[in-house]
Amino acid sequence: MTAETEKFVGTTRKVTAHLTQNEGLSFEKSAPGKKAYRLAELDVPAVDAASLLGDLAREDTGTLPELSEIEIIRHFTRLSTWNYAIDLGMYPLGSCTMKYNPRVNEFVSRLEGIAEAHPYQPEELSQGSLGILRLLQKCLLEITGMEAITLQPAAGAHGEFTGILLARAYHQAKGNPRKDVIIPDSAHGTNPATAAICGYEVINFKSNARGGIDVEALAAAVNEETAALMLTNPSTIGVFENEIHKIADILHAKGALLYMDGANMNALCGKTRPGDFGVDVMHLNLHKTFSTPHGGGGPGSGPVACKKILEPFLPVPVVEEGKDGMLHLNYDRPQTVGRVRAFYGNFGMFVRALAYILANGPDGLRQTTEDAVLNANYIRKKLEDLYELPYTTPSMHEVVFSDRRQLRNGVRTGDIAKRLIDYGFHPYTVSFPLIVPGALMIEPTESESREELDLFVDAMRQIAREVEENPEVVLEAPHSTRVSRLDETTAARKPVLRWRSRQ
Amino acid sequence: MLRDIGASSIDDLFAIIPEEYRVKGDLAIPRQMGESEIVDHFKAAAAKNANGYASFLGAGVYRHYRPVIIDTIVQRGEFLTSYTPYQAEITQGTLQAIFEFQTMICELTGMDIANASMYDGSTAAPEAVMMAMRVTGRDGVVVARTVHPEYREVMHTYAQHREVSSGVAAVEVGYGPDGSPHAGRVDLAALEAAVTDETACVLVQSPNFFGVIEDVAAIAEIAHKKGALLVVAVAEAVSLGIVRPPVEADVVIMEAQSFGVAPSFGGPFCGVIAAKEKYVRQMPGRLVGQTTDKQGRRGFVLTLSTREQHIRREKATSNICTNQALVALMATVFMTVYGKEGIKELALHNLAKADYAAKTLGAHGTLLFGRSPRFNEFVLQTEEAPEWMNARLLEQKIIGGVALKRWYPELGNATLWCATELTTREQIDAAAGWWRRLRRLLWCGRKEISPQRTRRAQRTLEWAQEDRKME
Amino acid sequence: MAYPTNYRYTREHEWIDVSGKTATVGITDHAQDSLGDIVFVELPKVGDKVEKGKVFGSVESVKAVSDLYSPATGTVTAINEELTTAPEKINADAHAAWIMKIELSDPKEIDSLLTAADYEAYAKEETGH
Repeated sequence: MTAETEKFVGTTRKVTAHLTQNEGLSFEKSAPGKKAYRLAELDVPAVDAASLLGDLAREDTGTLPELSEIEIIRHFTRLSTWNYAIDLGMYPLGSCTMKYNPRVNEFVSRLEGIAEAHPYQPEELSQGSLGILRLLQKCLLEITGMEAITLQPAAGAHGEFTGILLARAYHQAKGNPRKDVIIPDSAHGTNPATAAICGYEVINFKSNARGGIDVEALAAAVNEETAALMLTNPSTIGVFENEIHKIADILHAKGALLYMDGANMNALCGKTRPGDFGVDVMHLNLHKTFSTPHGGGGPGSGPVACKKILEPFLPVPVVEEGKDGMLHLNYDRPQTVGRVRAFYGNFGMFVRALAYILANGPDGLRQTTEDAVLNANYIRKKLEDLYELPYTTPSMHEVVFSDRRQLRNGVRTGDIAKRLIDYGFHPYTVSFPLIVPGALMIEPTESESREELDLFVDAMRQIAREVEENPEVVLEAPHSTRVSRLDETTAARKPVLRWRSRQ
Repeated sequence: MLRDIGASSIDDLFAIIPEEYRVKGDLAIPRQMGESEIVDHFKAAAAKNANGYASFLGAGVYRHYRPVIIDTIVQRGEFLTSYTPYQAEITQGTLQAIFEFQTMICELTGMDIANASMYDGSTAAPEAVMMAMRVTGRDGVVVARTVHPEYREVMHTYAQHREVSSGVAAVEVGYGPDGSPHAGRVDLAALEAAVTDETACVLVQSPNFFGVIEDVAAIAEIAHKKGALLVVAVAEAVSLGIVRPPVEADVVIMEAQSFGVAPSFGGPFCGVIAAKEKYVRQMPGRLVGQTTDKQGRRGFVLTLSTREQHIRREKATSNICTNQALVALMATVFMTVYGKEGIKELALHNLAKADYAAKTLGAHGTLLFGRSPRFNEFVLQTEEAPEWMNARLLEQKIIGGVALKRWYPELGNATLWCATELTTREQIDAAAGWWRRLRRLLWCGRKEISPQRTRRAQRTLEWAQEDRKME
Repeated sequence: MAYPTNYRYTREHEWIDVSGKTATVGITDHAQDSLGDIVFVELPKVGDKVEKGKVFGSVESVKAVSDLYSPATGTVTAINEELTTAPEKINADAHAAWIMKIELSDPKEIDSLLTAADYEAYAKEETGH
């Protein structure tokens, strides 16, 4: 045996290679005359488009594909097998809370009276939908300890936008919208983007040695032009700001507000409430904490909860209970910031989130949080001897390592992530938060059993050994996927964003 | 596991949370339910909504048939429970599907590029407007009043905190009155007067909120003459099967709900932004591009991500982070099922149903903007209040048109009706029959609507209902 | 790669080659190396006023954006259009692939910029971290 072949290559206990089917683009499979539809018989007189629309009638519908039904089923089924998913295994993306998506949630959201409800249906025929809105609002207010809420924002970033608009309207009503929003350097990119869109200057704030807010530095930074501090708690390194109330006090003393990015609420549900520790306004991600499916990147839902002082500014309409016991939509709110979305928000996600809350109840939500934190700490304990832990502060629901030790062999966090794919796992979050150079951000969630966690730990430990003994195998990963690392440079230099028939 | 960690109890792991902020006891939310109880809970809610009604509602949310395989496909866990395709090697399924989506949206809208989707049509509108501002370096916006009122409201919310050199964030332009050459369409003379050298873009919708198809070519000429971009919104995506696409636009925004997505009380839906190729660097949202791997095999990746918030932070083109991938997948399957011929046939059925409904119902009121070309919606004007008419129709399990007074007080008692391929002739005839009866009753009692007369009218109505039952 | 001694340099990693009242501006080899494969260059427009130390454009790699800071105040007289279709030219030879030419308002401004030797030392120090 040569030295070359003796190099360590790990054993992937979770996966084995298997065949996947090749599949072209639907356009490439298309043939004229194939059909997968049949319309109902037309029971009114047929019309001639040209005579009704004149030159506004369309002649050619372009190169939409023409396929049979079984071809379509196979097409998308084959594509689906090229994806990794929670249904296949642990998906430890930090800050994304990839937990199990219960199927009863899908079932109830498709009940006819719910799925077919039109947003302009008369209120008396929408009491079921309005009741769902109302109950979800009550539950979320209780979970967050806040006093008023809107469900309208369509996603987390949209919730941030709404929350900062509320803050702005609040300051405006006092005569000065103020100029600045303070954002720690550990924040998600959406925070500064949101503040900028709302017309604020972003003041970047440096995290302290513990990865948290330095209270004294904050006191020096906050002044009469500070509109709000946007804080993620627990922070993106999974650490709870234990001086949170001092932070709130500093802001409130200058009339500024405390905005909490609720991305990491899965660490808090049932254990502590932002409303109790001084938060004025926050958003939730129903697709993280409340288990609505990520669906390959949406739809999300980003309700915004706030204190009484911000209630007058909430988007219209708001759901109210009338004296008649009926639920109504109130549009008459003179101080509102306006609508942030048509209709009432991503209602289908409300149904799923409420089903999740009902399935858990108070004890279930608490247990969920405990299990999520327990799982993260288990991973931390099992890997901290091999991977550098840049912040040793206690972890909540996620743990952040760095690739410092592996970098000595030229292996970076992105390479370890790609090698993890060969072991049958989706990678953790790579290179985020920015305050940790070469970050590995791992969030297992409560959904994982000890068995799955052990497989993950085993994979990470084997990769650490490969880095020492055989770094090439890590640097070239993944080896088992349909495609190897893709050329992102050419994709960006010469963008091909659509198929063309004469390619 | 606690032992492995070296903790004595689970509370040790939460010790960092100050004692006074820890929740003691249970949250006051409903107790834990079994799966059957959850199903019962939502079935009870569903029963309190409209069930078994014939509906003529449209106005931005359309009832179209959703082929069964859409749900079969989106319920596959590999699509449903996957995350944003950042790790391209194990998300090629989602990426290729989005690439197909982008291509089909381009084909239908006549644009060169389309993004991976936006939250919905209403939020795509301000995103397109901000995009036009970046492209032109100007900050004025001219918006047609025929754009969906809630889209306009969302746009004003986004615009309200921008400092605008012209002092006015958005100027609204009205429509031609009934009987005029531009009845129910953008008033071109007013538009010409409103567009200035400071206008970043003109925003119109076609088919517009009244269902009328705008003269996009003429509008484009007015916008382009002043160096402004034209943004065209399409709220009823099925119209693209039979209505000439807005090729003169620079940016097209779209609500793709009509493509296989349930009304679901207003969401989740699927917004789209499509544009001319030269604006690609100013596009908000995710884009999927084609490339190759080391062995030269075709693959897809998220690309041009330097535009986005996770890299550019406060300088990003938008703060948008997600798209509506799963809903975009529904639309992709829908477009694939209907395909090149089906989408046209489907649109033609909508045109026929709405034409029949407009003529049948229009016989008992005034069909507003009747001579302007329209797709599957129309406006009826009556002398009677729509609330009264609609309440009586509801008793017949018919949901009539949306009253327009709320957004267009000048239109008085007008209502907006929609008929799609799912609206049957029987439903249209029934609605028209009741509409006729109700108007006759009202006409009898018009001179003096005394309580006595109203009661009499009510009684006549009941008899009529009895008659109908016996028929 | 050697840093031409007739150029002057900024701490933001631009180079400037002055000839009388006009000057040519680009980014340094060190900058292109730390950015990686450059995929897009956002150029100014001819006629734009640029100001010393202010942003006049940006360069992008797949996952990063870097603002470009003008080494001097002046008016843009030419831009290197070739970079719009071939941004990789910067990776190939950063000191030849110029980005813009400007008419200087005050040629004396250049005196405060780094020399090749100073810049090389500065760049080395930065890499050391």
